Amino acid sequence: MSQLEFEKPILELEAKISELRHVSSDSEVNIGDEIKRMQDKANRLLQQAYTKLTPAQKVQVARHQERPHMKDYLELLIGDFEPLAGDRNFAEDNALIGGIGRFKGRACVIMGHEKGNDTETRLHHNFGMARPEGYRKAQRLMKMASQFQLPVLTFVDTAGAYPGMGAEERGQSEAIAKSIEQCLRTDVPIISTIVGEGGSGGAIAIAVADKVYMLEHSIYSVISPEGCASILWRSGDYSEEAATALKLTAQDLYQMKLIDGIISEPMGGAHRHREETVKNVGQQVEAALKALTPWDGQQLIKARREKYIACGRNL
Amino acid sequence: MNWLTDYIRPRIRSIVGDQKEVPDNLWTKCPSCEGMLFHRDLKDNLNVCYHCNHHLRITVKERLGYMFDEGKYETVPLPKVPFDPLKFKDRKKYADRLKDSQSKTGLKDAITVAKGTIGGQKAVIAAFNFSFMGGSMGAAVGEGIVLAAEQAVKDKAALICIPSSGGARMQEGMLSLIQMPRSIIAVEMVKDAKLPYIVLLTDPTTGGVSASFAMVGDIHLAEPGSTIGFAGRRVIEETVRETLPDDFQTAEYLLEHGMVDQVVNRKDLRDIIGRMLSMLMDPENKNVKKKANGKAAA
Repeated sequence: MSQLEFEKPILELEAKISELRHVSSDSEVNIGDEIKRMQDKANRLLQQAYTKLTPAQKVQVARHQERPHMKDYLELLIGDFEPLAGDRNFAEDNALIGGIGRFKGRACVIMGHEKGNDTETRLHHNFGMARPEGYRKAQRLMKMASQFQLPVLTFVDTAGAYPGMGAEERGQSEAIAKSIEQCLRTDVPIISTIVGEGGSGGAIAIAVADKVYMLEHSIYSVISPEGCASILWRSGDYSEEAATALKLTAQDLYQMKLIDGIISEPMGGAHRHREETVKNVGQQVEAALKALTPWDGQQLIKARREKYIACGRNL
Repeated sequence: MNWLTDYIRPRIRSIVGDQKEVPDNLWTKCPSCEGMLFHRDLKDNLNVCYHCNHHLRITVKERLGYMFDEGKYETVPLPKVPFDPLKFKDRKKYADRLKDSQSKTGLKDAITVAKGTIGGQKAVIAAFNFSFMGGSMGAAVGEGIVLAAEQAVKDKAALICIPSSGGARMQEGMLSLIQMPRSIIAVEMVKDAKLPYIVLLTDPTTGGVSASFAMVGDIHLAEPGSTIGFAGRRVIEETVRETLPDDFQTAEYLLEHGMVDQVVNRKDLRDIIGRMLSMLMDPENKNVKKKANGKAAA
C-alpha cells in the first residue's frame, strides 16, 4: 500500500532523479540541467495526476499509510495533551483515542481514530476500527467537554466500526447511536474533520458537528466501495464503479451541502507533505472555532439540529 | 401449483380485476420449522407459525392493523423527497429499482406513518416495510421518521418506531448515512416534549438503522427470533474467522445482553404497549377513571 498504482511513473522518475543527483555529486560532469528537466517533468506528472484524481484513486490516497494520522494532529496542533482512557464500563479502546489539550492556547477535548503506521501499532490500535468502548469513551469525553465548557475537536479516519463478536455482544449499535445522540446534545462547539477515511456509522458516530470539514482527498461514505460492489454488483471487481457511484469525495459532498468545507492538500497529497497538511487543517479549525466563539450552548444545539434536518432537502 | 392456478386464475383475475386479498396459495410453509400453515389459520394467528412460534415477516398494513386499537388508524402522507439524487446505477438503475418497489408494494417508500390509539393512548407509528428494498433507510425513510416525530409532538402522542430493515440505502450514498443523525434528532424532539418513545425491533434490524433511532428508545421491545445487530453475520465470520453461536444477534440474545427490555409475542404487543403507554402518559390513571365515571353516569 505504500506505493499507489497510479503514482508509479512519478515514483520511478523521482527514483531516477535521486540516483542522478547521487552520481552528479561525485562526478565532474554537470548534469544539473538534465536533473532539472526531469524534476520539472515529475512535478508536471504529479500535478496532472492530482488535479484530476478519480474517486477510486482518492480512495487509495485517503487510505495511504503515510498520510498524517491522529497522532500527527495531536503532536503538531495540540499542546499539553493529556490522554484520557477508558469508557468506565468495560475497557479502553485504542482505536479511538482522546483527551484534553490546548489548541492555539485554548483548552479543548480532542478525539479521533488512530489507525497506526506499522504492524505493531496497527494491531495496538485495531486498524482504527473502534469497538463499543471507543464510542462510549467518546460520549464520556463529550459530557466532560460540556461540563467544563471546552470545545470538542474530532478527527475522523476509520474504515468503520469493528465487526466482531464481542463488539456485537456489548452493543455496537447502541454505542454508535448514543454517540450520535451525545454529539447532538453537547452544548459546546463541535468541529469535525474527515482527515482520511470516513467509514460509515463508525465515522459519523463522532462527526455530527457544528462544522464538518474534509481534507481535499479524503473520502466519506455509507459503505466502502468494495462492500458496495460485492453487494450491488455481486463482485468486488467493481469497486472502481462503486467508488464513482457512491459520490464519496469531498468535492461531491460539498456540492450536496453535506459538509461545510474542503481543506486543501499540498500538491501530491497529504502523504507527501504531512506537516503542511496538518497546518492547513489547524488553520481551518481555528477559523471555525473563532467564528463559533463565544457560544450560547442552547443556541448551538438548536442550530446543529436545524442544519442536519435541512440536509438533503434542497437537492 | 397446477395449470388451474397458473393459467386459468390469472386469466380470470385479469377479467374480474386484481383481488389481492385472495392468496395464490392456500398453504404456506413455515420458513423456520417447514410445517404447513393454512392461510386462514395463519392469518388468525397474526402470521405467526402455530407449530413453532416463528414470527413471519408481515406487511406494514398488517402490522398497523395488529398494533392500533380495533385495527383502526389514519395514515399521514409522506413529504416529497428528491428522487434518485445521486443518479445511482449499479447493474440496474436505482431509479428503476425504486419504481419496481413502488409498483410491487403500492407504497412510496419503505416507511409508513400512521396515527391512532393503543390501549386508549394516542400514538404515532412509523413502520418499515421490508419488502420495499429491504426496508433500507434513505432520505424518504428519514423524512418519514421526522414527520412521525413532529406529528407525535403536535398530537401529544407517543412515538413508536417499528424497524424492519437491512440498514442504510447505499444507492443514496452519504444522503442515507446522514439519516442516522436526522432520525435521532426526530427522537430528540419527542423526548424534549416528554412523550414516550418505544422501539419495536422486528426482523431484521441491522446496520445504520440499528445504530441510530432504533437504539435510543425509552423502551426497546423485540419480536421473538428477530435478527438484530450492527454488522452482518457473514462480515463478522470473515473478520474473526470463527463460527458464531446459533442464537447470535437474535432478539433473545439481545435480551440476555441487556439491549432490549422484553421479547414479546406478536399477539401480546398491543396489550403490553397499551399498558406501558398508559403508565407513562397517564400515571394517575385519569383516563380510566374518566371512562368509569362516564359509564356510571350513563
